[in-house]
Amino acid sequence: MDIVYLLIPLSLVLVFLIGAVFWWAVRRGQFDDLEGPAYRILMDDEISAKK
Amino acid sequence: MTADRASHVIPPSADCYHCGLPVPRGFVLSVAIDGVERLMCCAGCCAVARTIVDHGLTAYYRQRSALPLREDTVPAAVRELAAYEIAEVENEVARQDGEHAREATLMLEGITCAACVWLIEQRASRLPGVLAIEINYATHRARVRWDTRQTRLALILSAIAALGYRACPYDSARAELTRRRERDRALWRLFVAGFGMMQVMMYLVPVYVTTGEMTADVEQLMRIASLILTLPVVLYAAAPFFTGAWRDLRALQPGMDVPVALGIAAAFAASVVATLTGSGEVYFDSVTMFVFLLLAARYLEMTARMRAVTAQEELARPAPAIAERYTAWPAADSAMVAAASLRRGDYVRVRPGAAVPADGVVVAGESELDERLLTGESRPQPKRTGDQVIGSSFNLGSPLILRVTRVGQDTMLAGILRLLDRAAAQRPRIARSADRVAQYFVLALLMIAAAVAATWYHVDPSRALWITVAVLVVSCPCALSLATPAALAAATGALHQQGVLVTRGDAIENLARATDFVFDKTGTLTTGALRLIGVVPLGTGELKRSRDECLVLAAGLEAGSNHPIARALAAAAPAGIMCTEASTRVVPGMGVEGKLDGIRFRIGSAPFVAELHGHAMPAELEFVTDDVTMVALGDEHGWIALLTFADPLREHARHVMDELTALGKTVHLLSGDRPRIVAHVARKLGIAAQLGGVTPEAKVAYVQGLQADGAVVAMTGDGVNDAAGLAVADVAIAMGSGAEVTCGNSDVILLSNRLDTLLEAVRQARASLLVIRQNLAWAFAYNVVAVPLAACGYVSPLVAGIGMAASSTVVVTNALRLWRRAPPPQAAVARMLAPAG
Repeated sequence: MDIVYLLIPLSLVLVFLIGAVFWWAVRRGQFDDLEGPAYRILMDDEISAKK
Repeated sequence: MTADRASHVIPPSADCYHCGLPVPRGFVLSVAIDGVERLMCCAGCCAVARTIVDHGLTAYYRQRSALPLREDTVPAAVRELAAYEIAEVENEVARQDGEHAREATLMLEGITCAACVWLIEQRASRLPGVLAIEINYATHRARVRWDTRQTRLALILSAIAALGYRACPYDSARAELTRRRERDRALWRLFVAGFGMMQVMMYLVPVYVTTGEMTADVEQLMRIASLILTLPVVLYAAAPFFTGAWRDLRALQPGMDVPVALGIAAAFAASVVATLTGSGEVYFDSVTMFVFLLLAARYLEMTARMRAVTAQEELARPAPAIAERYTAWPAADSAMVAAASLRRGDYVRVRPGAAVPADGVVVAGESELDERLLTGESRPQPKRTGDQVIGSSFNLGSPLILRVTRVGQDTMLAGILRLLDRAAAQRPRIARSADRVAQYFVLALLMIAAAVAATWYHVDPSRALWITVAVLVVSCPCALSLATPAALAAATGALHQQGVLVTRGDAIENLARATDFVFDKTGTLTTGALRLIGVVPLGTGELKRSRDECLVLAAGLEAGSNHPIARALAAAAPAGIMCTEASTRVVPGMGVEGKLDGIRFRIGSAPFVAELHGHAMPAELEFVTDDVTMVALGDEHGWIALLTFADPLREHARHVMDELTALGKTVHLLSGDRPRIVAHVARKLGIAAQLGGVTPEAKVAYVQGLQADGAVVAMTGDGVNDAAGLAVADVAIAMGSGAEVTCGNSDVILLSNRLDTLLEAVRQARASLLVIRQNLAWAFAYNVVAVPLAACGYVSPLVAGIGMAASSTVVVTNALRLWRRAPPPQAAVARMLAPAG
């Protein structure tokens, strides 16, 4: 049962970490457009070398 | 996603490869795309396709899932872009963001699929000086940042336009930003509370389920962990309750935040003490949970509120930033200028598809305008020379040339926004009294809580704190305070969508309680514009003309005039027949004289025409001169025709009167017009109480007389000659024609000038009052049941939180029904067609 002395503080740290990551993601606008990026992955970013 | 899925679109080979429209015969424009020559339908498409190919962006054609919108206006759009070259326009639409960087939000038009987004992003991000561009596919808005040393907004916009899309700066970005920030913050608090709640539960469940096998220090560890997790919930998520309570206490006006804040603080403090001393119960789970529930209820209420203001937001949106001004009208030279720099008397051109930059009068052109946002009228409004146009309405037809009559803060749009602000700022009487009740309620509640605490302390000290907390939390003064404003906001928003502007908070309540409706005649029950009702050709022998010939002649003579009669004639003259050109001379107050083929013609009052030829008016026609306006037409030899005009009743007038009577209201007709005409109109509308030849003072006396008999009077007028009567009436309803809107004496404005919207307003007002009563009754009943239960110890703090949140939700949801009530026209038709019963 001694492991709980480690796991409980660890879970606390994780909670705050997850919260911080979510906060960062929302701030950066990761959830603003849920549709566009799905299509964007299909497009080539480079100029197609057309000769 | 398989590679062979044909998501891209290739039009049939005979059609334009870019836009899919058929290529005109004999048209041989083509562009080599990926090595294949593709046909183009026009130079515009050709230019766009070449731009795409030249920049190596042909992946667009492989990936697109929809054809682009056809942009005939590309050259015009490019010309418009020149305006953004002007420094002051750029300053207006772009924010300074760092020393050499600027940022602007753009509205993109013409985006049909995700490939368009890619195309624009690729093209724009390769422009020198563009630091970043982000396009939101869902909202079609782009955020662009650029280096002011290397590029300008105009260059970016023209690059986008060259691709065949239209980009324009998004004006109400700032308003939207604040709204979004408010929503984001609320959502964050909700998230923190919810996340904290779940984690705290996780730590406390083992404490509940295990029996004895957990050592004391593990349990203590769990409690400390819960305490740490509850801290952000109480300090951040619940902060609005504490600041609200503090504000209320400082103002010595206990509001609904006080008991909530007190409950949270007490529960939290007691739990902290229990944790630190290691004795007694902890209730971190209850604290986090009811913070979460309360925030959820608040969030719901906020969403409802925001929905009610969307109509206003829409109003602020279409105001265009630039205008095309003629530098020296009537010369054709024009220049793009900032709309803010327009002055009265300027001449501007409004292209089809563009918004009107300011209020004005049409001087040339004929078109249809969409005024839906301003008046709620969904049908396009035909406009021709001499008609008033409202700034921010949309030109749907052909180009119009306007003379600007009002700019900036004087425009109708600005007036409407001001009135809406006023309505929002005023707390209506019914809401104020509800607030007062809520205040007493809170005071009483605090006393009850103190009494409960004292009693339970003697009965069972261990339960005293939690029962007190439950009492504080379960009571719901929110429902009491929200009941009225939520309903009024929903009703106001729904009415505004139909073109009824409520400008005072009390108007809805008064309208619902009105017993007597007083109407003015001219301009209110009638359109206020003359209409041709009859033509009597009088010519004999060689002077004999057909009805249509008379009309064409009359319209031709009056063509240069802007008199109501001239406009009625222009509207009635048969289509397809060209009006005769005549050199005319207007004699004010009498009529018009014109010369045609060497013969002098006159149109106007009978004596004026008689003067020309010296014949007397045929005696048998004298009678028509009483309740209609009569105009004579003649030449040097005699009478040609007699034209009669009348002011027709508005659409729905009879229906509205009948419905009002059916609702148990008394309808009155008051008019300054001749008693015979008033009596005639009253008979046609089925109005029993009518009075003609009334002076403005007499109208005031009439209204006051009704009020003295205990009536609540709603008076409807067109805002100018009825001003005095409107001022004394309990509800002043004005027809929203033009300038009168801004006078601001009225409580309700029928923006679309349609009487049936008045009926809708009355129905909506009655429904609102009903909802308010339901809400108040519910709030009362809930508290009467819940508070005693909690005081007796039957309600745990957790259940109290749920009950309180549910109660607020019921109130807000009930109010939102008003929003949904407003029936769109189709629904009304469907109801009529549905079988009875």
